[in-house]
Amino acid sequence: MSGLTLEQSPTTGDEVITNYTINFGPQHPAAHGVLRMVMELDGETIERIDPHVGLLHRGTEKLIEHKTYLQALPYFDRLDYCSPLAMEHSYVLAIEKLLNLEVPLRAQYLRVLFAELTRICNHMMNIGSHIMDVGAMTPNLWLFEIREDCLNFFERASGARMHSAWYRPGGVHQDVPLKLLTDIADWLDTRLPELFEDAMSLFVDNRIFKQRNVDIAKVSKEDALAWGFSGPMIRAAGIPWDIRKSQPYDVYDRMDFEVPVGTNSDCYDRMMVRVEEVRQSARIMKQCLQQMPDGPIASTDRKVSPPKRGEMKQSMEALIHHFKLYTEGFHVPAGEVYVATESPKGEFGVYLVSDGSNKPYRCKIRPTAFSHLQAMDFMSKGHMLPDATAILGAMDIVFGECDR
Amino acid sequence: MAQVLHAAPRIAPVDGLADALTKALGVNLLALKQEHFETVLTVERDSIETVLRQLRDEFEYQQLMEIAGVDYPARAERFEVVYMLLSVTKNHRLLVKVRAAETTPVPTVTTLWPNAGWLEREVFDLYGVVFADNTDLRRILTDYGFEGHPFRKDFPLTGYVELRYSEEEKRVVYEPVELPQDLRQFDFMSPWEGAQYVLPGDEKAEGEAK
Repeated sequence: MSGLTLEQSPTTGDEVITNYTINFGPQHPAAHGVLRMVMELDGETIERIDPHVGLLHRGTEKLIEHKTYLQALPYFDRLDYCSPLAMEHSYVLAIEKLLNLEVPLRAQYLRVLFAELTRICNHMMNIGSHIMDVGAMTPNLWLFEIREDCLNFFERASGARMHSAWYRPGGVHQDVPLKLLTDIADWLDTRLPELFEDAMSLFVDNRIFKQRNVDIAKVSKEDALAWGFSGPMIRAAGIPWDIRKSQPYDVYDRMDFEVPVGTNSDCYDRMMVRVEEVRQSARIMKQCLQQMPDGPIASTDRKVSPPKRGEMKQSMEALIHHFKLYTEGFHVPAGEVYVATESPKGEFGVYLVSDGSNKPYRCKIRPTAFSHLQAMDFMSKGHMLPDATAILGAMDIVFGECDR
Repeated sequence: MAQVLHAAPRIAPVDGLADALTKALGVNLLALKQEHFETVLTVERDSIETVLRQLRDEFEYQQLMEIAGVDYPARAERFEVVYMLLSVTKNHRLLVKVRAAETTPVPTVTTLWPNAGWLEREVFDLYGVVFADNTDLRRILTDYGFEGHPFRKDFPLTGYVELRYSEEEKRVVYEPVELPQDLRQFDFMSPWEGAQYVLPGDEKAEGEAK
């Protein structure tokens, strides 16, 4: 033992290890887009997070001020590109509220049907990528199969897989063929439950998934209210708040569905709320398909919604209406409204100020991600670095919407 | 109020809300209007924090969902800052407005809601409204080192600078915007329906008509 000395560890001794700062993103696969987070770490424990957003800011609200009401609609698809129709929904409802415009019943059913299909589509993306962030590959691939089905349905209704631009002030753009509705009904009865429950069976009780999510980023009810949470985030905190139930729009008041709430308010609960929401969405869609009446799919007010092509061949007035609507657009009475709907990610609101002209004077978009991401700092304090991806994944953030 | 025909979120009106608010807010309330099925309050700028605290604690508007800026360049105090409040217990929404100019700071409400921080930063970034006592009033949506407040009505849609990668300097550089054609802005205002400008040739008639 005489010639041997114990090797000194390089980390001990006089050197003091201080906090250090790392950059998470802006190009990081778990950042769900272009998010840059400046993280201050003490070892592997997060001390502080400063999220830098705005890397995808395109000035959507400014662009909308320079377009007519109808021309501005496709911008909404490009906000949250995982749930495009839910974004359009708030916007068309805001215009309809300013106009106090009646929407035919069939159009309301179609909008609810496709809004719920959008919710399923969005949750497939979120649940799948969240599972992948915490370490499992297969469920994501399986869930994308459902998402592919959803996108095919969107394509058959509107002609576009993602950026549908299908809702219109006063209804929807085109009616759907009967075959599409029967196909959706078949899909809801057979393919969706099979694929979805298969994928769920892989991770819901999985030990690793639970280790990564249970008791991570617990938020009290008071904090959830104070930080402006909405959607699955506030429901996971145990507050049964769902705009579809409490402030129903379109035909949601005719639908029979449950609002799932969490009990533990952690990342696991947030995921499970979404899982249950998918089942409830399927339930709403079935009711829509059963109850949907025949009839017009857009408002019959020709000052707002264009006439049919056939009518234009016969009627001079119809031709004039068509020309006026697609050049000048319609005028909206002066005033201001704030309309918020339950998008898959939470409360998506549109604050619309009209000065009586054919363009919005101001169109403020209330993204769901902004308030949620802001809470990132307080939610991840004291957690480990790998937990940050789990917290972020369970928030369900898309930067097209956050940065606008 | 008009009959509800639209399909937008149906919010039951709260009975006697206008009277209760007028009574509780007193001199701080400048105007209250109920239009298009919305209740909009305009309040004194310097007392916004007191008013919102009252609304949160006495009237149960627990959540601050959004803060929006609006620009009206013709006004003396050109900006409006709009606070959207939500009550999850009373199931009601409220819009609260204050007016501000470039030089008149609005008191921060980060003392009431922690999420007001970013919302105020956004209004500051895009409109240049200053929020007094907000300790972290940095830009949020625009680029690092951006100049100006892009959502003001007098800020051009195309901006002043554009970005490209310079092969010579091996980095991204800013250059003044160069448009190959003018930005097309169509004038939709019909001269028969009260356009605000003088039509070409109208100036000749000056004096004759009178």
